[in-house]
Amino acid sequence: MADGLVKVFPGRRQVRALDGVSFAVPRGTVLGLLGPNGAGKTTAVRILSTILAADAGTASVLGHDVAAEAGAVRRLIGLAGQYAAVDENLTGRENLRMVGRLTHMTRRQATVRAGELLVQFGLSDAGGRTLKTYSGGMRRRLDLAAALVARPPVLFLDEPTTGLDPQSRQDLWQVIHTLVGAGTTVLLTTQYLEEADRLADRIVVVDHGQVIAAGTPAELKAGLGTSVVSVTFADTATAVTAVAVLAPLTPRPPAVKGVIVELTVDRGPVTATAALRALDQAGHEVIGLTLREPSLDDVFLSLTGHRAGRAATGQPGPDGAPATPAASAAPAGRGPGEIP
Amino acid sequence: MTAAGALAPEPAEVPQAVEGGRLRWAVSDALVVAGRNLLRFVRIPDAIFFSAIQPVMLVLLFRYVFGGAIDVPGMSYVNYLVAGVYVQTVMFGSMATAVGLAEDLHTGLLERYRALPMARSAVLAGRTIADLVRSAVAMMIITVTGYAVGFRVEASVGSFVAGVLLVLLFAHALSWIFAIVGLSASNSEAAQLAAFPVLFPFAFASSAFVPVTTMPGWLQAFTVHQPVSQVVDAARQLMLGGPSPLWSMADVWQALAWSGGLLVVFVPLAIRRYRRVS
Repeated sequence: MADGLVKVFPGRRQVRALDGVSFAVPRGTVLGLLGPNGAGKTTAVRILSTILAADAGTASVLGHDVAAEAGAVRRLIGLAGQYAAVDENLTGRENLRMVGRLTHMTRRQATVRAGELLVQFGLSDAGGRTLKTYSGGMRRRLDLAAALVARPPVLFLDEPTTGLDPQSRQDLWQVIHTLVGAGTTVLLTTQYLEEADRLADRIVVVDHGQVIAAGTPAELKAGLGTSVVSVTFADTATAVTAVAVLAPLTPRPPAVKGVIVELTVDRGPVTATAALRALDQAGHEVIGLTLREPSLDDVFLSLTGHRAGRAATGQPGPDGAPATPAASAAPAGRGPGEIP
Repeated sequence: MTAAGALAPEPAEVPQAVEGGRLRWAVSDALVVAGRNLLRFVRIPDAIFFSAIQPVMLVLLFRYVFGGAIDVPGMSYVNYLVAGVYVQTVMFGSMATAVGLAEDLHTGLLERYRALPMARSAVLAGRTIADLVRSAVAMMIITVTGYAVGFRVEASVGSFVAGVLLVLLFAHALSWIFAIVGLSASNSEAAQLAAFPVLFPFAFASSAFVPVTTMPGWLQAFTVHQPVSQVVDAARQLMLGGPSPLWSMADVWQALAWSGGLLVVFVPLAIRRYRRVS
């Protein structure tokens, strides 16, 4: 689908948002584009959805070149963005009807389709209310519904759950899961390993505009372990000596971060129990122990040896947002000064 | 990437657009977008209220506060005034184009539009059409208020309507300028702030509220020739019936030339700006 894409955003500091990114999504499958803020995920989606022109490389959707046959591509795709692109002064039904009309349905078809989608997304009660009254999760669901109005065979989901609470995220995952079951081809971008793991058939990890790894979720996690045991000690000296005790418990070298030692393992609870027993026997006092899923940070650490770019925690934090080339591309360097 | 092999080599069939020419869809899409913009406008009641109250206040202010001090030879001041309030109101109303587009740009709605198989022209056309409808409504409010305080149309109905259309054409031309402002501004507030100082000298250093003959000579050189004065003068003559038909038509042609010229220059520029913004 994408081959050697390059996108450079001009400006004082040239941002190479995409630096030769290639990937393909087989029909009827889900590809997860995984990476931190500013990795170039959104830029890739924008190029594939004909919003942005690539500086080099080619991309196609179901055999149609995104540059030469943009009109054809637009009839085949649905796009749900990370900023819910819906009009908050319109009702849910009106938003969907508008999109229907703009995909050249008749008035009646658009109304019927809007009704169907509201039911499908559990929004039929809220369909008559303006979006101002919707929760964040409801908005995302409506945004997704809007992307599906024309029943597109290809769907782009750009960070569909970023900023959502866990419950809304679960709900949305369920919806996406159903869609995929129906045979839609999906390109999903996400900052969450868990999300890619849940939804994607294949994962492509991008960083600084380049593909750094690709494979099935299982392949990626095989190199990573399925959980992280994190043990906290009273001081760094204890932590350093404890590494020797903990090292035999895992095939991968433990990571020391100050007073914390982290073990990436396949069977978390078993290793945790063994770790506590071993540390107790060795006479090291444990202050705390947590067990968690590997994060994007861990993926990056294992793939590149360095931590993911800023704001890898996922929330579009105050420092993360402006640094994202894709997100800030719209007004790039153009101010009111240009006005005639 | 081995997965590429799984992609069927032949391009997928594209659902054909329903029969009907491109132009028909361009019009239909523009109207859908315009409808959405108007719907959105009526959803904000306080915005309606304040945009309706503004022209009413302008009419009353100039009729009763400043009007007594302004002497217009040959006609009552209220008759002189209304054409000025029309043009003034639609001018500041056309800032809505900038604000609306800036908002759509930054909420990501333009992004959604751009990924839809709709006519590329529809976003700008729909926006400016909606703003034209708002201008027409504002002019109705002004006419009613004017009538209540003594304004009387002295020309034929046809001539009056021609005057109204002339003002609306000018408003439409301005909307395209503000489309560029809206697409270039970093947010909707900035769009509004940028628009204001551009409009202000044209709106007030004009024949909208006072005869230009009362202004100093150096200023008259500007006020007589600038588009706002010419549109106001032409509209005023069409609505009230000018001193002589011949003189009146010259002003009308000039006003038409200004609006037409602005459209010819700024419509392509706005479209170019829209294509580039991303």
